[in-house]
Amino acid sequence: MATVTYLDAIRQALLEEMDRDPAVLLMGEDIGVYGGAFKATAGLLERFGWERVIDTPISETAIVGAAVGMSYLGLRPVAEMQFIDFIACAFNQITNFVAKSHYRWGAPVPIVIRGPAGGGVHGSAFHSANPEMYFVHTPGLKVVYPATAYDAKGLLKSAIRDNNPVLFFEHKFLYRRIKEELPEGDYTVPIGQAMVRRPGRDLTIVTYAAMVHASLEAAQQLAREGIEVEVVDLRTLLPLDRNTIIESVRRTNKLLVVHEDTRTGGIAGEIAALVTESALDDLDGPIRRVTSLDTPVPFSPPLEEHFLPNAARIAEAARDLARY
Amino acid sequence: MKSDPARPELTREEALELYYYMRLNRSLDELLVRLFRQNKIVGGLYGSLGQEATSIGTAYALGKGDWIAPLIRNVGSVLVRGYKPRDIMTQYMARVTSPTHGKDGTCHFGDLRVHHVVSPISMLGDLIPVMTGVAMAGRYLGQKIVAMTWIGDGGTSTGAFHEGMNLAAVQRAPLVVVLENNQWAYSTPVNRQAPLRDFADRARAYGIASYSVDGNDLVAVLRIAREAVEHARQGDGPVLIEAKTMRMLGHAQHDPAEYVPREMFEYWKARDPLTRFEKYLDQHKLCNEKEKSAIHARIERELAADLEFAENSAFPPPELAEEGVYCEGCHTIEAEWRRSKEALMPPESSVKPEWTIKNFGGMETEAAVVADRPHQHHQEDQQDSVVEPAIAHPPQTDRKRKISAPAPRRARR
Repeated sequence: MATVTYLDAIRQALLEEMDRDPAVLLMGEDIGVYGGAFKATAGLLERFGWERVIDTPISETAIVGAAVGMSYLGLRPVAEMQFIDFIACAFNQITNFVAKSHYRWGAPVPIVIRGPAGGGVHGSAFHSANPEMYFVHTPGLKVVYPATAYDAKGLLKSAIRDNNPVLFFEHKFLYRRIKEELPEGDYTVPIGQAMVRRPGRDLTIVTYAAMVHASLEAAQQLAREGIEVEVVDLRTLLPLDRNTIIESVRRTNKLLVVHEDTRTGGIAGEIAALVTESALDDLDGPIRRVTSLDTPVPFSPPLEEHFLPNAARIAEAARDLARY
Repeated sequence: MKSDPARPELTREEALELYYYMRLNRSLDELLVRLFRQNKIVGGLYGSLGQEATSIGTAYALGKGDWIAPLIRNVGSVLVRGYKPRDIMTQYMARVTSPTHGKDGTCHFGDLRVHHVVSPISMLGDLIPVMTGVAMAGRYLGQKIVAMTWIGDGGTSTGAFHEGMNLAAVQRAPLVVVLENNQWAYSTPVNRQAPLRDFADRARAYGIASYSVDGNDLVAVLRIAREAVEHARQGDGPVLIEAKTMRMLGHAQHDPAEYVPREMFEYWKARDPLTRFEKYLDQHKLCNEKEKSAIHARIERELAADLEFAENSAFPPPELAEEGVYCEGCHTIEAEWRRSKEALMPPESSVKPEWTIKNFGGMETEAAVVADRPHQHHQEDQQDSVVEPAIAHPPQTDRKRKISAPAPRRARR
């Protein structure tokens, strides 16, 4: 067992999948000689050569498009968005070409589009976003957003082996901040399965990505106050693991949804609708949410800290809800 | 390469086959218009009248293992790739027997296994990077295939076109892009897309080979397409072929195209690709009246049978709408390897991760001097750029081969 960061877990997954299957190759900006803006692909060009680690022009549409074409011949390309904000440049290719391919004419698109997302690193409006919900609203895609190194590695392997297009969001705040011991050898984490990170009887927090850690911190604080919070890590946003959410709410009867994504149109709204449709009678209080503000991600540290949810705000909302 | 006007470039067999496709494309289009007027077509009908030679001549230049991605008017291209008129009919009539089972219409269908056809989407330009990927994957797998796709004059205004052409160029992908300049993008004339006399000039920006060809001259189109396909297959990089032609109807059936000057239609009607090919056949005695009648009869028979099939086909069951969003084990993804995988695996795949920089980019370098003089910047400049093993497969001995773009031929009256 070796201690591995979230970032290294991603690099390991890429390396091991490329070792396992020559159909796996990488494309992106500055991923080869430079090893990627965050070094997620460091050493892979050296190991696998120019054909399998392809530095591209600054052309997100072409990167995604070429990945699609490669996948039609049976390859499994992994495309990197240098920052996930730039996925917007490939929006048409992803939502119209990729997502509809299998439905319209039966052509599967086994590609992965991965990249660093999220704020908390003072990256400002174009290097901090959480654009996952544009894609969660697009049938045909899968959207994954891990919170731990173990999940990052296991989910990326599953994404590469999946026959469908998977958007793989990596939280850059977690890249080097969290580490854990990973098992030796091959393992995967199934796409579409949420996980209870902490059991509790008083209320459920449903969350994902970096907010899993903020929520666990809040839960710890509340435990000292005698409030037992259950924390559910979604891990996959599309397809959504409805059962795990509903089962948890049935146990705790109260639901708080936490996400770093902005408020309006965030996944909290979808989860609230789901729970009222399927478990209204189990609810003993209103469904609450803690999210970022409905603004672009601001730059200056006090502004960004004001914009982002944190453990204190989560604890406050959970405390209120527990008392309801 | 100039053709000898006295000698036909086509074998008798090719000539007859091409005539079959040209006539079939025209007759199928006419039949679809009748069906549209009878209200049997669901949604719009997008004609290919006037552009048949471009579709057929280019697709005909490909080999069996090659790949295409047609646009909506390239009915002729998909027929050449082995699709049947019933496939087009059932698509337009939204029946469950169509290649997409009613999930999509028009020429929006494809098949990865047999026909090697990638389905288009309505957003123009997106196919260029996708087919660049097809071409790159073919090279990666050692298949020696060529990928071909089409784009209109209007489609070249998109960012996706530029990104795709540029990626194909830096990757020297075996891609042939046929730029069908049909003079109109819906109601907008070509000079409102770009102030270019020859859209083939767009290739200069990518440092790739290009041609302008009379898109209504089937024999010329085929000749140029064969040369371009060979160029791409040899690993000399992508090629852009501009085919000058004319969309002889509105954008779709609902559009009477009143914005097109009547004289423009007359000009192009005098250059009708089917009539011209018939003249060519007569001139070179490649097809006698008996053979022509036999082809006409065959087409009539096939269209009648396929129409019957289409009309007797059911609409899809409503629940089918719920199926197929994801591949849930319905497909096995398997690449067809034609090279040793060992070269792609360590230790054989290992490289020194360093760029080779041949010139340092200042104004005094030769490349910069050439770039400083507009219109003298030709594809051979690219030969100085870095060529890594990844984009030089198969290995080349002579990189200096140059294809000049012949001036567009004036149509014969």
